[in-house]
Amino acid sequence: MADDFETANLFEQQEANRRRTRWLVFVFVAFFAWLGFGGDWILYELTRGAPPNAYRHSVPWFGLVLTAIGGLLAAFAWKAGPTRVLWSAGAREIETPDGAMETRLVNVVEEMAIAAGLPRPRIWLIADTDPNAFATGLDAEHAHVAVTEGLLLTCSRDELQAVIAHEMGHVKNLDVRLMTLLAALVGAVALMSDGMGRLLRGGVRFGAVTGGGSRGKRDKDLGPLVIVLVVLWLLSWLVAPFVTRLLALGVSRKREYLADAMSAQFTRNPLALASALEKIEHADAPTVSIKRGSAHLCIADPLGRQSSLHEGKVADWFGTHPPMAIRVARLKAMGYQQKKQLGEAIEATA
Amino acid sequence: MAFIVLLVVLALLVFWFIGAYNKLIGLKNQVANAWKQIDVQLKRRHDLIPNLVNTVKGAMQFERETLEAVVSARNKAIQVQQAPGVSVSQTAAAESQLTGALSRLLAVVESYPDLKATGNVAQLQEELTSTENKIAFARQLYNDTATQYNTKQQQFPTNLVAGMAGASPAELWEITDVAERAVPNVDLSLGSPPPRTTA
Repeated sequence: MADDFETANLFEQQEANRRRTRWLVFVFVAFFAWLGFGGDWILYELTRGAPPNAYRHSVPWFGLVLTAIGGLLAAFAWKAGPTRVLWSAGAREIETPDGAMETRLVNVVEEMAIAAGLPRPRIWLIADTDPNAFATGLDAEHAHVAVTEGLLLTCSRDELQAVIAHEMGHVKNLDVRLMTLLAALVGAVALMSDGMGRLLRGGVRFGAVTGGGSRGKRDKDLGPLVIVLVVLWLLSWLVAPFVTRLLALGVSRKREYLADAMSAQFTRNPLALASALEKIEHADAPTVSIKRGSAHLCIADPLGRQSSLHEGKVADWFGTHPPMAIRVARLKAMGYQQKKQLGEAIEATA
Repeated sequence: MAFIVLLVVLALLVFWFIGAYNKLIGLKNQVANAWKQIDVQLKRRHDLIPNLVNTVKGAMQFERETLEAVVSARNKAIQVQQAPGVSVSQTAAAESQLTGALSRLLAVVESYPDLKATGNVAQLQEELTSTENKIAFARQLYNDTATQYNTKQQQFPTNLVAGMAGASPAELWEITDVAERAVPNVDLSLGSPPPRTTA
């Protein structure tokens, strides 16, 4: 194995994930600041020419409050992200394994933690018949691996091992940090946008009533700057959820290939992951327990969307996962190469 | 001017030295840590064996030799593990003896359908599979880490620092036994009893 190449790749990926997480938090808070201070700016421009007794918007209250909210939301997403993701999937932690299935799962996770050289993550089970799995957490010391009951039922021991190894790959890469934070922030933005949409509809009516009276006096102040600002500002509120969702789509595709390769490195058995992925793909019912917001965390698209089947421009934009056929083909290629290398040894001992 | 250039070059050299030195120390600790993992798993395996032997003893009175081979291989492996300053190859040799004895025992268990049917044996089978896997993966991690460490100390220019960092090549866990190279078969649940060869 090309160890030096692999470790370089690993450190690069970890560093990239740390950097992207910082960016994500920064952009998130900056976006809130823009929503707040932008609103302040518009109000300031509108009230600048007001008579001395009337209200003048001179202190940027909205900006201060919304920036604080953005910061708090990001901090909350950071602190509570993993628990929120697990909670939204309805996962139940396995503390002491009950029955043969759970014992096997716990053993397999322990084995893969050893292979990856990481502490054992906490293990969660989702009561869903569709096979799927995901990992979450902020770092390797506080990681969680969750699988559906369907996965335990459909996969053989080797296949389960390969799937868990894929998840340990995400943990080792620090993919989990970025993806969990993203899931938590996507949720926060969706909530905020919904709420703001309601407020805005009320606000427009309110503005039409109060703005009407003083309009004549300030007509010349309402320059193009204010109009552009208002349009941009309103648009920002509307597109926020789409932007965060697109971010979530963009981050996950390439790292699935990398985690597949790491699974092969840990188990030395790429064909097991190939057959596990084929099984997961063939059970094409959507994973109902896993919501849209955390879809990008899973080993296979839980929504069973068609766009994940194709590679290309449109699919690149709208699928959270690379096409299963390509993933399987890559793994099989690894498997055959490995067989070729070991070919003689296998023949000799068989 | 020349002085400044000299200073910059010197500073770069010092930074490189610190980086290379720390990299080697980090790898050395990783190797030690990976070895500790193996140790933990070997201990698990040693602790599991009395359990296994007790479970199958009653039904397998005729297989005294096989059972005794496992027990004595285990005791020897424990001795080697607890002795101070054993080399990797000594541990590997003792453990491969144990692996061989265990797989023979498990092959024999195959021919006792009543035994296989009891829940205890099924549980034990999973435990044993997992322990064998854990040892194999711990060994894989150790060998990978040790290879990386060894390569790093031999590569130029890190090899210039290796002496100062107290780096010496780590011994790999070689699998010498050809039989052990094949995946040990610990599946007790399938198949009908093979024809008995021993009375």
